[in-house]
Amino acid sequence: MKKSIKISGAEAVIRCLLEEGVDLIYGYPGGAIMPIYDELYKFQDKLTHILTRHEQGATHAAQGYSRVSGKVGVVTATSGPGATNLVTGIADAQIDSTPMVCITGQVASHLLGSDAFQETDIIGISTPVTKWNCQITKAEDIPGVLAKAFYIAKSGRPGPVLIDITKDAQFELMEFNYQKCNSLRSYKPVPVYSLKEIKNAAELINSAKKPLIVWGQGVILGNAENEFKEFVEKTGIPAAWTILGLSGLPTEHPLNVGMVGMHGNYGPNVLTNECDILLAIGMRFDDRVTGNLDYYAKQAKIIHFEIDPAELNKNIEVDIEILGDVKETIPELIKIVKQKTYPKWIEKFHSFYKKEYEKVIKDDLYPVKEGLTMGEVIKEINEASNGDAIIVSDVGQHQMVTCRYAKFNKSKSNVTSGGLGTMGFALPAAIGAKMGAPNREVVAVIGDGGYQMTIQELGTIFQTGCAVKIVVLNNEFLGMVRQWQQMFFDKRYASTEMINPDFITIAKGYNIEAKKVDKRVDLKSSVQKMISSEKPYFLEVRVEKEANVFPMIPSGASVSDVRLE
Amino acid sequence: MNNKINTYTVSIYTENNLGLLNRISAIFLKRHISIESLTTSQSEINNIFRFVIIVSISEPKIKRITKQIEKQIEVIAAFYHTDKETIYLETALYKVKSKSLFDEKHIQKIIKESQANIVTVSPNYFVIEKTGWRKETESLYDSLEPYGLLQFVRSGRISVSKEPMNISNILGLNTDK
Repeated sequence: MKKSIKISGAEAVIRCLLEEGVDLIYGYPGGAIMPIYDELYKFQDKLTHILTRHEQGATHAAQGYSRVSGKVGVVTATSGPGATNLVTGIADAQIDSTPMVCITGQVASHLLGSDAFQETDIIGISTPVTKWNCQITKAEDIPGVLAKAFYIAKSGRPGPVLIDITKDAQFELMEFNYQKCNSLRSYKPVPVYSLKEIKNAAELINSAKKPLIVWGQGVILGNAENEFKEFVEKTGIPAAWTILGLSGLPTEHPLNVGMVGMHGNYGPNVLTNECDILLAIGMRFDDRVTGNLDYYAKQAKIIHFEIDPAELNKNIEVDIEILGDVKETIPELIKIVKQKTYPKWIEKFHSFYKKEYEKVIKDDLYPVKEGLTMGEVIKEINEASNGDAIIVSDVGQHQMVTCRYAKFNKSKSNVTSGGLGTMGFALPAAIGAKMGAPNREVVAVIGDGGYQMTIQELGTIFQTGCAVKIVVLNNEFLGMVRQWQQMFFDKRYASTEMINPDFITIAKGYNIEAKKVDKRVDLKSSVQKMISSEKPYFLEVRVEKEANVFPMIPSGASVSDVRLE
Repeated sequence: MNNKINTYTVSIYTENNLGLLNRISAIFLKRHISIESLTTSQSEINNIFRFVIIVSISEPKIKRITKQIEKQIEVIAAFYHTDKETIYLETALYKVKSKSLFDEKHIQKIIKESQANIVTVSPNYFVIEKTGWRKETESLYDSLEPYGLLQFVRSGRISVSKEPMNISNILGLNTDK
């Protein structure tokens, strides 16, 4: 037996991360986490620390890293403001089910509750937005708690975990002995599925005349893209996606009928209220997807595939509950569903697409008017990257346009802030995405508003040389809010107009090659130049100032009342 | 869906964890639901704690909330029951001036009839304890109030369910069969 030697709690933290296979973390140092940073210095050949310019940036970078790699994102920050700056990213990871472990330093345990310098009750603050959190005041607890943290973050429905470690626990000596956590008696991450329910579902599916699938991120988080594709192809059922489900099935797949929800496609929204069977796979009936619940798919029998029991019958009463991991339940279903096609029903989606194309898509992608559209920029990115890029979007009009038009051949390629709608997400998330998938092209598409919320992360790009491509679609407005003001507040543009700085000068200040486009004739070549660059690149596109995103389901309306203009 | 408001007893079996109370109360806070009473104690199983929370809401809501509670990592299981499905009690303490006990003969009759107990008597005050349903402790309150209550306090509800809660099955233990 090897005799264990005593190490500090801080070193134990690093050794735990290594045991969990972590090689990259994001963070920002400060007083209460200095012992851990001192160890990071010693272990820098094994564990890379990326210094972001703000703790919020560290959380979004960790999210971007996780969303493209499937690994747990790790963040370190100091106590007090360092910890509170994590809250937005943690809340974002919670609502979008992103596995993340945040480690915060805390004042020494004898000072807890004394309003010491940089003391804040981060456990209390983070409780509602974490899957689990825990404070450590003794070094000996570090391995057990961190093992549990990683297990909880990545298992079942993933989510963020925060571990707060007092400074004295970081200094204290302990005997290190690490054991990975594989179970907890109070926690059942993957419910056991019922074959009977799967059989019932299969019977219903086999009898369907007009079935519709709506899939969400559960397919991607469950690594069940292949199983899902096989299921779609065998059953021949048209499949629509939620914003976080995007890229789970290739965009060009013949049975992919587009996006559901507030700015989703015309066909899948209208036909949600016409289908006879609605298969909801790894999605949670968010209000942005369903519109008014009183008029949502009332005619349909609903089958819900879900890993989290608390999501079943939360917003929608369903007819068949298939609790479990889609990676396990879908293959069981594939065995017993019939091979079918629905040519007439699918034709309906095509005819709705034609209407949408004439009213919306044509003008978005092939505009004849002078002003540049957001849609044509996305089209150029698709062409230049052949649909192989990871596209990270921020929040607002450009996000809806990006998700509507971006082409994805591969899964885990769409990174965006869905549930929380966090402006400022994209720039740091793109940094994390590039580091999580270094061999892939990563393009961040951001509005001029959101860009300025985390613009300081250009410093992280400058320091690391991380080759992300940044496209700012500048309309000099907080566009989505302005659109609502135009439609629902009689054009009273309260605080939505932006007087922006010279973004090119700012990018150049960080030594990032930058270009501005304001004419259509320059767009294609500029996007191509950006994509072919092997370094970070900034492209500002001046787009039409007061364009609106359609289709749109006004809030409170039914999905079938989706408007094209 | 049935949106009738009912009183529900939520029983939560948990691991002992510092932050759990905060986590559970946050679930109610987030939905703007007030907790009528909350008690926590050791359960029938060693090292497993039990929260008993009383709320008045509709059944669809309590169903969803119970699932949210059960989703918390250190919660082993959570159940909800109507009043009919549980046996429940509350305890109240009434502190009265000792002088009233001797001057007002009627007080002794009230104590006897309400089957309350005198817990302590001192030269200045005495304390009465009554355990029972809410209406019983309230009725005793009404009877004693005219004589001057120095202090009054009532505990949260404690309850056991009529049917087994299967917590032992969940944990693979042999109790409450």
